[in-house]
Amino acid sequence: MERCKRMVDLGRRRFLQGGAIAAAGAAAAATLPREAKAQAAMARVEYPSNRLANVADLKVNEPLEVAYPDKDAPGVLIKLGRQVEGGAGPEGDIVGFTTVCPHKGFPLAYNPDDRTLNCPGHYSRFDCEAGGLEIWGQATQNLPQYTLRVDDNGDVFAEGLDELLYGRLSNVL
Amino acid sequence: MAYKRQIDRLPIIPADAKVHNVVCHYCIVGCGYHAYSWDVNRQGGTAPDQNIFGVDLSLQQPAQTAAWYSPSMYNIVKQDGRDVHMVIKPDPDCVVNSGLGSIRGARMAEMSYSRARSTQLRRLTDPLVWRYGQLQPTSWNDALDLVARVTARVIADKGEDALFVSAYDHGGAGGGYENTWGTGKLYFGAMKVKNIRIHNRPAYNSEVHGTRDMGVGELNNCYEDAELADTIMVVGANPLETQTNYFLNHWVTNLRGTSLDKKNEQLPGEAHDRARIVIVDPRRTPTVAVCEAEAGPENVLHLKIRSGTDLALFNALFTEIADRGWVDQAFIEASTATQAGSQSQADVAHPAILTTFAAARQGNRTSLEEAAGITGLSPDDIRKAARWIAEPKQGGERRRTMFAYEKGLIWGNDNYRTNGALVNVALATGNVGRPGGGVVRLGGHQEGYSRPAADFIGRPAPYVDRLLIEGQGGVHHIWGCDHYKTTLNADVFKAAYKVRTDKVKDAMTRVAYGDRQTMVDAIVAAINDGGLFAVDVDIVPAKIGEACHVILPAATSGEMNLTSMNGERRMRLTERYMDPPGQAMPDCLIAARIANHMQRVFNEMGKKDLAANFNGFDWHTEEDAFMDGYHQHEKGGEYVTYARLRAMGTNGFQEPAVAIEGGPAVVGSSRGETTTGAQHGMIIQGPAIEGARGKEPVQQQGPNAAAAQVPTTGAERIIGTKRLYADGKFNTPDGRARFMHAAWRGLEAPGKQEEKDKYAFLINNGRTNHIWQSAYLDVGNELVMDRWPYPFIEMHPEDMKKVGVKEGDLVEVYNDAGSTQAMVYPTPTARPGETFMQFANPMGVQGNVVDPGTNELIIPNYKQTWADIRKLADAPGSVHHLTFKSQQYRAG
Repeated sequence: MERCKRMVDLGRRRFLQGGAIAAAGAAAAATLPREAKAQAAMARVEYPSNRLANVADLKVNEPLEVAYPDKDAPGVLIKLGRQVEGGAGPEGDIVGFTTVCPHKGFPLAYNPDDRTLNCPGHYSRFDCEAGGLEIWGQATQNLPQYTLRVDDNGDVFAEGLDELLYGRLSNVL
Repeated sequence: MAYKRQIDRLPIIPADAKVHNVVCHYCIVGCGYHAYSWDVNRQGGTAPDQNIFGVDLSLQQPAQTAAWYSPSMYNIVKQDGRDVHMVIKPDPDCVVNSGLGSIRGARMAEMSYSRARSTQLRRLTDPLVWRYGQLQPTSWNDALDLVARVTARVIADKGEDALFVSAYDHGGAGGGYENTWGTGKLYFGAMKVKNIRIHNRPAYNSEVHGTRDMGVGELNNCYEDAELADTIMVVGANPLETQTNYFLNHWVTNLRGTSLDKKNEQLPGEAHDRARIVIVDPRRTPTVAVCEAEAGPENVLHLKIRSGTDLALFNALFTEIADRGWVDQAFIEASTATQAGSQSQADVAHPAILTTFAAARQGNRTSLEEAAGITGLSPDDIRKAARWIAEPKQGGERRRTMFAYEKGLIWGNDNYRTNGALVNVALATGNVGRPGGGVVRLGGHQEGYSRPAADFIGRPAPYVDRLLIEGQGGVHHIWGCDHYKTTLNADVFKAAYKVRTDKVKDAMTRVAYGDRQTMVDAIVAAINDGGLFAVDVDIVPAKIGEACHVILPAATSGEMNLTSMNGERRMRLTERYMDPPGQAMPDCLIAARIANHMQRVFNEMGKKDLAANFNGFDWHTEEDAFMDGYHQHEKGGEYVTYARLRAMGTNGFQEPAVAIEGGPAVVGSSRGETTTGAQHGMIIQGPAIEGARGKEPVQQQGPNAAAAQVPTTGAERIIGTKRLYADGKFNTPDGRARFMHAAWRGLEAPGKQEEKDKYAFLINNGRTNHIWQSAYLDVGNELVMDRWPYPFIEMHPEDMKKVGVKEGDLVEVYNDAGSTQAMVYPTPTARPGETFMQFANPMGVQGNVVDPGTNELIIPNYKQTWADIRKLADAPGSVHHLTFKSQQYRAG
């Protein structure tokens, strides 16, 4: 329980750090001419195609920490070792999720025993083997999952999300 | 795959958006929200000056930010006839929830009626009447004329007892002070309807007569008390799932030890530590798991009691605490009865003796060993519970214990006495009216009761469902109730109800609708032949509505201004932030229009005396109903206006109101903190005592009622009452609380012991986190229906093996009362032979298998249900994507 509390505090600090770094970046961007940012509005946000890992980096049931669609959006890749709906890769068993709880933004912790992501803030639980289905919890969304593509080299790319990420009103900032 | 919305961005709330105060209209906690709305062709921007938050939204926002909303908090709705964007988002400054939103409340926007975004299109938009063999839209005047003519005719022919009514009595959606007053004035003022029942039980009674008769209103503390308590004892409740943000924002704080500063500041001079918690529940609930994760297992005592034996446990605790001398003698002497009650007091209406501490101690004496035998607990655990509840703290100070209970007790065995036995422990230990104390129900809906006195109903009140099954009554008016999902003996009820209402439908189909006189004659003839004419007022098509002949569309919270109070008597105004669907109207105005039509029809019938009873319904707005009802009639109501409530936002004030800040000191009114009398410390006499129930404000009686002259204009702060009974005076004629002589008498309701002996499985039942109440709105929500396409039944894996079922399989639950279905959810923490089924789900009504047995006061006994289980089908396609992993959190 002590550990649990520390994890919450740790999560908060991580968030603040992330925010501070992002704020510095934004301050720099603000000095650029505004026109540089102008572009035609699209119906959906444009997701980057980001290489997150190679399948060789992934060990069954050991989450790999990643970030998508940018460094302020932490997540994980998990090789489940069995094919699941929505799974990528040769075995159809690789999934990726945000690790920011869509309820109040606390960092989720992976429980390898039952392959769930768990929130120490308000106890929400998401099933990594069922598309991030909220097993129990206060979030009004199931867990945002990555759209993954694995190329011939085994590189794993994230190319989209299926729900809104916590803490941003556009998945791509 | 799990349901995903595929939403990757949301419109940003502009800096100049309209803001309305909102209180969540679902559970009793009443979390504060704000509704933001702006024109549909506009949007805010990410720059700080372009959005309502004043922050740079091009950056990732941190945990617990106020500057984010989920897709479920967004919608496009009509406001004054125009489409607007709307965001309904938790209010970080509301002391109830501090910005937390639950999985239910944080979907309020998505659960609103939107033609633009196709949400909740199930909502009723027009009055419907049975015409040409089906329900057809019609005008208000046409529908109301039919209702009034049939109702007036039946009353004229058979008297008011032939009018049966089912009506909510609560706050929030399908309730509120405006609407309970509207229906109350109609049925208890203009008429004297005694065959009336409440939304979740088959009679017009209190769920907690026991505590009220002892002089202790059931909502007597404040939410902060959960942060101040040394020990919390919670009985038959699962607050993590059913009072979520009260638990998260106030209990967890204490369990974690983060309210220690508050304890030291408010209660100096005594030892403080993080809270310990005693949980009485046969089932390991998600609440138990979280308490262990937060407080550590060493601070959690889960008493996994044998279902229905709480009374024996409480009496043993009472005995042990008294024998150890851990009672608050000064409190007992100053504030509790001095004269023992007599046996003659106990009758069917008062099924226990109200008495002194000494007499109750004598009468309830139960040894730890006796209690252990009845409850299945160990004597050591009961002893430990007594110590946690009452052993003086280090330094000798009295231990502050808060007692909380809900449906496990209320819908449990021997409601009246079990309620009393728990209040005995609280009174003996001086834990009422003091910081860190209270003996409170946790509640279901918010409260919002304002009605004329209904003493003529009597006690025990008529068992309305049984009378309907037996063929009594000619007309049935239903307000926001759905017996088909939420009553006991539901299989039998539905069968009888269908036969009776079909008679009227068939009669209506056989005559031309436009010939009103012939139509009314045909309906009345069918009624005389055992038929029943049914009118349903609701916001969505109810299951019982399938049987009804007229359906009237109601507005809900936010589509009308609506006042309610929460579980600490905190009263707020939810402002109207959107239009009701179609022709829907607030219930109070529907009641007023029914009254107007009844008056017209009685006049036409030449019954001027009856017609005159329907004066005083000339309301045009819900505020008219509020001023006529709450403002004029409820204790402290003279201080309360919409303008003042609006100014007090989502924090409001705690009832009863005692003054307005800076306003004139009103002669005869209290300026004190806590009193139930008109003056500080004064005890209300006479009939008002019946009304002084903690939950429902006391109605002013007699000439003093008119004496208060409080300006009705202005937006001054209202001064309320943080805790009831802080002055040590209780709601009894002499101001002294009563103890209850409440001896154990086994499974008390008729048929329960026989059912237990006959069937293999306990069918315990209750709510679950995703779903609000009977899922009346959730059935139109993809997130919820994707997770729970069927009600679940938690079964131990060994029981599953015995029945021969796998996870997700559909099973039939059946006994002599009826049968229903559920989806198997493997639950290793369940005790073999004890299942838990989700309650009131339209896809499997648990009430079908609840037998008709009640206690003396017609309180149903949903929890003690036994049945057999057999397989119906393999898991259907709609459950293949589901997870069946544990719903209980474990600290990682």
